[in-house]
Amino acid sequence: MNTIPNRQVICETLLKLAETDPDIMVLTSDSRGSAAMAPFANAFPNQFVEVGIAEQNIVGISAGLAHSGKKPFVTSPACFLSMRSIEQIKVDVAYSGTNVKLVGISGGVSYGALGMSHHSVQDIAVARAIPGLAVVLPADRHETKRMTEALVKHQGGVYVRIGRNAVEDVYESDDYEFIIGKAVTLRDGTDLTIIATGETVRVALDTQKALQEVGVSCRVINMHTIKPLDEEAIIRAARETGHIITVEEHSIFGGLGAAVAEVVVQHQLVPMRIIGIPDEPAIAGKSSEVFKHYGIHTDNLKRVALEMLGK
Amino acid sequence: MNHIELKAKAIQIRMDLLKMIHGAKTGHTGGSLSNTDILTALYYKIMKIDQQNSKWAERDRFIASKGHSVESLWCILADLGFFPKEELETFSQFGTRLIGHPNNKVPGIEMNTGALGHGLAISVGMALAAKRDGKSYRVFCLMGDGEQAEGSVWEAAMAGPHFKLDNLVGIIDRNRLQISGSTEEVMGLEPLEEKWAAFGWNVVSIDGNDMESLVEAFGAVPTVPGKPTLVMANTVKGKGVSFAENNPAWHHHVPNDTQLSQALAELSAALELLQQEGRVR
Repeated sequence: MNTIPNRQVICETLLKLAETDPDIMVLTSDSRGSAAMAPFANAFPNQFVEVGIAEQNIVGISAGLAHSGKKPFVTSPACFLSMRSIEQIKVDVAYSGTNVKLVGISGGVSYGALGMSHHSVQDIAVARAIPGLAVVLPADRHETKRMTEALVKHQGGVYVRIGRNAVEDVYESDDYEFIIGKAVTLRDGTDLTIIATGETVRVALDTQKALQEVGVSCRVINMHTIKPLDEEAIIRAARETGHIITVEEHSIFGGLGAAVAEVVVQHQLVPMRIIGIPDEPAIAGKSSEVFKHYGIHTDNLKRVALEMLGK
Repeated sequence: MNHIELKAKAIQIRMDLLKMIHGAKTGHTGGSLSNTDILTALYYKIMKIDQQNSKWAERDRFIASKGHSVESLWCILADLGFFPKEELETFSQFGTRLIGHPNNKVPGIEMNTGALGHGLAISVGMALAAKRDGKSYRVFCLMGDGEQAEGSVWEAAMAGPHFKLDNLVGIIDRNRLQISGSTEEVMGLEPLEEKWAAFGWNVVSIDGNDMESLVEAFGAVPTVPGKPTLVMANTVKGKGVSFAENNPAWHHHVPNDTQLSQALAELSAALELLQQEGRVR
């Protein structure tokens, strides 16, 4: 069982890359502990900036740093980073074309018991409406490592969302290529496709296994980049499998499901279902409990899949 | 440039921006007239810039946080040769680069601004990068006084002294008017200098339409080691055009033909007086 949270992987990867890249900078908003960035702060004090609890300021300062050639990584709770500073993200990062990486930590319902103020289940919708801003959700520690390396090389604004706790591995190793905007087909299948992102990729994989046991061939796509969206992978999956289910730790409005639906509808493709958080303040509880409550789990996905297939 | 030449330049820029706004039939007249002297001092005397190489790494940076008063900036950048002066005729027209706010597609503009309360945080980041890299460039950030009501200004105000950014200069165009009326009626700011001082800034209060004072204040930066400087530039909104001065309606009023003629006549007269003064000296 993996015990390394993705935020820790980001720190470890940046620590390694910063040894040869003095332009990498990490900024935190009184969140070096929750972002697991204390080791970076200790190792590279000249490349670390603490701004205090000020999300508008952290984005503006990062844009100024990026303008001067730095590669800032803003690590701040997803709920605040994605909403409180959205105008700075729009104007100072996206519109001005600055090279800022915005890493929303403890996203989704990671802060389970803290309630709606701390849940971040609108962030994908908000971020993907900003022109030029890429939106990425890694599925596990291996992907987080590869993603972080890709982000350092990538020029431009990116919003990343990760959860708080360690998640079960999706990949067997980090020996694969992570390309921003290119989905990964983790399992091939012919009857239907489940498209998942972030921590729900694991749920999709488990569902594939459960469906296999009842003779249903399910494709699983890890849509780690919501924007730019890999439309080609969606169109191919629709044409080849005939049915699509999306699953995400996000509001059913404006997230992965909506993004996929836009492609499906505009190409007049296939029936689809969107599994996510409904239009209500999400119930409080552990992530797993909240997932269970809203049907973000294997049994429900299997049920929806069989219903779609008329079985 | 000496002070008389700088003053004459400021008058010429005022005439240019009035003609530009009149031609475009849109613009923020009052605030551009009030900040023209500030920008003239910075661009023609104080800042290290290179119009042939607008991305020169060692250049001083200017951020127009009050982005809506971009008219004086467009006219100055054109006058300095960052882009052809004829392009001013496209101001605010369909598809232009010279929109109603700073746009970094235009050489000489560092960042896109316009949403108020953003500029100082960006400037903190730029000044911090200079410090971390051991570079000597300075960052000048012009804010409006109405803009001081934005909470994000104060997040950045806290950060400047915290990071000991003595290469950072905040400037407030303190003309005491915003769209809806006087700043003190809309949302009281006073005692504004004391607020900035309490946040750890070295506050310098000057007549922001007086060229000698502007050059002296900006030229002294870094003024206090380890402290950013806040220049409280007390200005007159609509400065230089009698009927626009201190009238909140001119925040984004556009002069008609008669008003333009009168304004240009007043500015020409001021220019003539200045030239006489120059000859006497």
